[in-house]
Amino acid sequence: MKIGLDVGSTTIKSVVLDSAEKIVYKCYERHFSQITAKAVEMLTNIKNKFKNEAFSLVITGSAGMGMADYSKVDFVQEVYATKVAADKNIPDADVIIELGGEDAKIIFLGQTMEARMNGTCAGGTGAFIDQMSTLLDVPISKMNDLAAKHERIYTIASRCGVFAKSDIQPLLNQGAKKSDIAASIFYAVVNQTIGGLAQGRPVEGNVVYLGGPLTFMPELRKAFDNTLGLKGICPENSLYYVSLGAAYCAKKEVDIDEVIQKLSHYISVSEWNTLPPLFENKEEYEKFVERHKKADVKYGNINTYKGKTYIGIDAGSTTIKAVVIGEEKEILHSVYLPNSGNPVPIIQKFLTELYEKHPDINIVSSCVTGYGEDIIKNAFHVDLGLVETMAHFTAAKYFMPDVEFIIDIGGQDMKCFKIKNGVIDNIYLNEACSSGCGSFLQTFANTLCYSVEEFSKLGLFSKNAVDLGSRCTVFMNSSVKQAQKDGATTGDISAGLSTSIVKNAIYKVIRPSSIDELGKKIVVQGGTFLNDAVLRAFERELGVNVVRPVIAGLMGAYGCAIYAADTANHTGQKSSLILTLKELKTFSHSVKTVNCGLCSNKCRLTVNTFGDGSKYIGGNRCERPVTKRASTGELNIYKYKQELLKSLTPVKGNRGTIGLPLGLNMYEMAPFWYRFFTELGFEVIISPLSDRSIFLKGQATIPSDTVCFPAKMLHGHVKYLMEKGVDAIFYPCMSFNFDENLGDNNYNCPVVAYYPEIIAANMKMENGVRFINDYVGVHKRHDFPKKLAAILSKYYSSIKYSEIKKASDAAFMAHDSYLEKVRAKGDEIIKKAEDEGKRIIVLAGRPYHVDPEINHGIDMLLESLGLAVISEDVLSGKMKRFHVNVLNQWTYHSRLYAAAKYILDKKNMELVQLVSFGCGLDAITTDEVRSILENGGKIYTQIKIDEITNLGTVKVRLRSLLAALHQQEVKNNG
Amino acid sequence: MAEIIRDKYGRIIFTKEMKKEYTVLVPDMLPIHFNLMKNIFTAEGYKVELLDNKGANVKQLGLKYMHNDICYPALLVAGQFLDAIKSGKYDVNKIAFIIMQTGGGCRASNYIHLLRKAIKKAGYPNIPIISFNISGLEKNSGFKLTLPIIRKTLASVIYGDLIMLLSNQTRPYEVKKGESDRLIKKWVSDLSKQFRVSKGYGFKQMRENFDKIIRNFSDIKIEKKEKIKVGIVGEIYVKYAKFANNDLEKFLEEHNCEVMVPGLLGFLMFKVDARIQDHLLYGGNIIRNVLAKKLLHFLEKIENAFMEAVEKSRFTQLSAYEHTKPLVNGLIGLGNRMGEGWFLPAEMIDLVNYGYENIVCTQPFGCLPTHICGKGMVHKIKTMYPNANIVPVDYDTGATKVNQENRIKLMLSVAAEKLQNE
Repeated sequence: MKIGLDVGSTTIKSVVLDSAEKIVYKCYERHFSQITAKAVEMLTNIKNKFKNEAFSLVITGSAGMGMADYSKVDFVQEVYATKVAADKNIPDADVIIELGGEDAKIIFLGQTMEARMNGTCAGGTGAFIDQMSTLLDVPISKMNDLAAKHERIYTIASRCGVFAKSDIQPLLNQGAKKSDIAASIFYAVVNQTIGGLAQGRPVEGNVVYLGGPLTFMPELRKAFDNTLGLKGICPENSLYYVSLGAAYCAKKEVDIDEVIQKLSHYISVSEWNTLPPLFENKEEYEKFVERHKKADVKYGNINTYKGKTYIGIDAGSTTIKAVVIGEEKEILHSVYLPNSGNPVPIIQKFLTELYEKHPDINIVSSCVTGYGEDIIKNAFHVDLGLVETMAHFTAAKYFMPDVEFIIDIGGQDMKCFKIKNGVIDNIYLNEACSSGCGSFLQTFANTLCYSVEEFSKLGLFSKNAVDLGSRCTVFMNSSVKQAQKDGATTGDISAGLSTSIVKNAIYKVIRPSSIDELGKKIVVQGGTFLNDAVLRAFERELGVNVVRPVIAGLMGAYGCAIYAADTANHTGQKSSLILTLKELKTFSHSVKTVNCGLCSNKCRLTVNTFGDGSKYIGGNRCERPVTKRASTGELNIYKYKQELLKSLTPVKGNRGTIGLPLGLNMYEMAPFWYRFFTELGFEVIISPLSDRSIFLKGQATIPSDTVCFPAKMLHGHVKYLMEKGVDAIFYPCMSFNFDENLGDNNYNCPVVAYYPEIIAANMKMENGVRFINDYVGVHKRHDFPKKLAAILSKYYSSIKYSEIKKASDAAFMAHDSYLEKVRAKGDEIIKKAEDEGKRIIVLAGRPYHVDPEINHGIDMLLESLGLAVISEDVLSGKMKRFHVNVLNQWTYHSRLYAAAKYILDKKNMELVQLVSFGCGLDAITTDEVRSILENGGKIYTQIKIDEITNLGTVKVRLRSLLAALHQQEVKNNG
Repeated sequence: MAEIIRDKYGRIIFTKEMKKEYTVLVPDMLPIHFNLMKNIFTAEGYKVELLDNKGANVKQLGLKYMHNDICYPALLVAGQFLDAIKSGKYDVNKIAFIIMQTGGGCRASNYIHLLRKAIKKAGYPNIPIISFNISGLEKNSGFKLTLPIIRKTLASVIYGDLIMLLSNQTRPYEVKKGESDRLIKKWVSDLSKQFRVSKGYGFKQMRENFDKIIRNFSDIKIEKKEKIKVGIVGEIYVKYAKFANNDLEKFLEEHNCEVMVPGLLGFLMFKVDARIQDHLLYGGNIIRNVLAKKLLHFLEKIENAFMEAVEKSRFTQLSAYEHTKPLVNGLIGLGNRMGEGWFLPAEMIDLVNYGYENIVCTQPFGCLPTHICGKGMVHKIKTMYPNANIVPVDYDTGATKVNQENRIKLMLSVAAEKLQNE
């Protein structure tokens, strides 16, 4: 008999074949990280079922490698096993799509077999769907039924669970339907699989679906079918293909008892990097608990209390917290509830109960913060809204008036801020990465069938805690996989996870140059710190005893309540506007989704209507659908640049059409090449500003899934131009950029410089389109016409040198004139802002951050917050070259340093740096820009952007900046 | 005690006094090459040590003091330095670090600056860091690359390349395990002795040495076995440094492979040639171009001597630098010069042509140039050469060995199947 044993990341599968290679036994089980135990159990069952048989055995699967090595059993790589099984059973299959727990694969069969596996990024896998179902609070088994009832699809980034979460949470908060979200999640998985793995090879012909998610979820298969435009098959035994393939490969006879024996020993082998135990013993732990009990608030009895009360609400991403306090800031009542998607009914219930139990309560004011701030404020007429950072600072001051550093770790967000001289001096938020947050721990605990409390308790005394490093969830998943492979216990993993949360917070989010930078007076808060293992790991990493208020989970709400009380004392407010019991009784809430038609962004809006007819609109990127007023764009240079680009319209010529893809450096080079080719008599067609549909057009041809989003966008633009039917697409390679005399050299970033090569090597030119991507150097103006003449002569025979010379001169002039126009407009904005007393934000990035799909409308958001927006190139021209502490060799990046330096003595200017996820150069520039600003006493703000479309976090960030600036001002004036 | 002197921007200059008193620490990348170079500098009166410290602590220190999104190689090197400082093995007032600075549009030219920031952050603002370059990027009175030193260094590059090539083609077939490694040790020591007495780097002596080395390796008794032939290419540091690629060569040798790792000389030639290519493509300063051409010509002479020697033996070698250019015709432009540039896909194709169809393309996670010239070219190379079996592998502090090995094993399964069918 032949056994194939497939040890996956979440499940174990086995198949037994008889001598005729017929399946006589099969088994599929989740292993809940008890890998070896489950494997032993499975093999023992097989042995008992087929007594007196001789066995041959092959192990396969990502977690099986170590096991096979140890027990000296043959190992077959799982993709290869799949191929073997497919060759036997479905010989006419062309493509296999297999999704597993943490793996996603596309296998192209046929002449040259090619397999694509998800690399270091595990977005779009079964684990991702698991994680999302936890977020939706829906059992995984119900996801399919929900998805079947969907009416519409939202755009959800699936590149990694983290990004998807940040897309889904606001949708939930805005009241989107779970069924629509479930289906959208499936489509996100499809996009991720195809976008990340197809890499330019078309998925066509006979497509086979394998693996758990695709077997159990017909809706997911449907999503693949629809997207690929075909009908794939899910064969019999689709769960077992890998183990089946392994069984076919089994040749060598084994002594099954010996293998079982060996594997039972394998459990005790420990090979991972271990951390010291969190607590040596019970006594140490008890001392620790005792110490933290001291940081507590006053409490009062709500039943006997007679004075004024204030309500604070924190509508967080995964939990909702509310407190009622009295005049002495004593807590009279508090709740801490899970947010299962929609915060509105939870608050409704909270308020109703409060009124019913305490009919005489005298609510003077109320305040709300958190993700759900806007919707709750609108729904219940809460008096005040406060940005989260300020809420937490207000609360922390109560416990430690001279607090220097606050760190708050919540469900999926982390907020840290430094306090200097009593004002928020610096804010660190986790952008687009939540691996260090509580929901991560929770999801992990749940997959292992523990509550998060039990799970973290298991780690308190672990002696062999696994060192999991400090990177993204996805990486940790595979580190855990490795540790499990090596036999780590759940306790070891739990302690490791708690430690890595802390490390992630410190080394990834805060990144202090030295631990001392955080100061000695530290308050920690947020639900995640209620977890003793996390708290202990944090104190140990810092070497400081910190204050964890007993109400660590309530701090946002408590801060709000204090803020409401202080504000009411200040303004003399007598009574809160919050809905009364009577109003609550008739309260209703309905949600409708519509597409906003007010501009080309076509935001999908969720319109919440409440019983009294008031409305709240979510999902908007600008204030237009709310105020019905178009932003004037008068004080927004991004808008101006977009208009300039739009004005480059085709002029009919006699040399045919040439297309310019509007992406990366073309954002700045477009005026140059437009003039150059128009002058030569070409009709120049520039692809439009990006939108989602343009991105989707090209996503299947992206070879590197970790390259930055602006680069990925280019594929769609090239495709657009092909569809337009241009004769040629011109997108030159440019190692060098213009020399603006600001740095040591004038390079382009490697991706900007050479992306045309990626297009050439990975996109098939259709309709006879000619792709011109030669190397050109605009930095050598003198030689430029000669070199261009040589290049163009390869493609066009009739162009004379004199024509090219003339066109070149015009192009260089057009470039200068473009930059001048931008600067002039910038100066105009600065002047106007000064006249109107508005603050100016230098939204600093690269030329391509002008793209609305890349910047996600952050410029408009700034505008709606009453700020004027200019870009770095407006200011960099005003600066002379100066010394920086890095090699200043990229033209675009030199501008950043120059702009940062320029604003140091400008009271009304602040700099916000836009950073694209995956931008390698910004690992260098961000630190340097930060140090230039901070040495000059300015606050540094960085916003990381990706495919992600949610502006919620960005808004928190910007509002915090404004609040901090406001505070600084008050302080300086008083 | 040597006085600490800084230039106008605050960079510590490595002075002549320091040369006498300080120990210069060098991160190891290629043991054969780097040991030879180390011995050259020791003979010149420097105290030099190669750093081969590794392990979780090194990575952790790198993460702690460097920006976490910086390239893996930079992170590891910083980690090695910091780990050395904290090891207690050295007097921290008497050590200096040295790293290679290539220049060019990739992030790597910034390593030295980032390293200075990191060392300062860690609380050691007085440790000098020397830039090893031949472009005159930073000057140090106590560290001068004289012509003999440069020539000896280039000689160690070519000796290293040769010994690496020979041992890789011998070790998997040795009858008596360990013979190749013993020869490596012997030749590193012999050549260093020659350098010390100003021998071994003239062309005549190089040719003689080449022949002797080849003869020595040919004499090792081997038994021919069917092995999977695998080429290793990629970003220069992770391709070579064991610590960075989790000892990829060893892993492959354990899985029945014979490994071919293209040498360092080609990469140097590519870097020198980049200036010439720039001039061809964009025009500009002629004088610098002439210098580059001279240097390239000199390197070609060394390469030529090497190739003639190997040609006479049973060992397989790859194409001469100049001959790799036509390979990428229609694939990627010769102006692609950042990082490994066009030379990386050229190496892949060259390997395929010489029977090393199975290729591991190593790249640090998020490495910018290899997005283009590594991963980005694989699809087209496979279309052009259907027998190419290439697997790009990302290396990173977060990437686990099990995932990397799994991907490589898939490549090996396909290779093994092909081997069986042949």
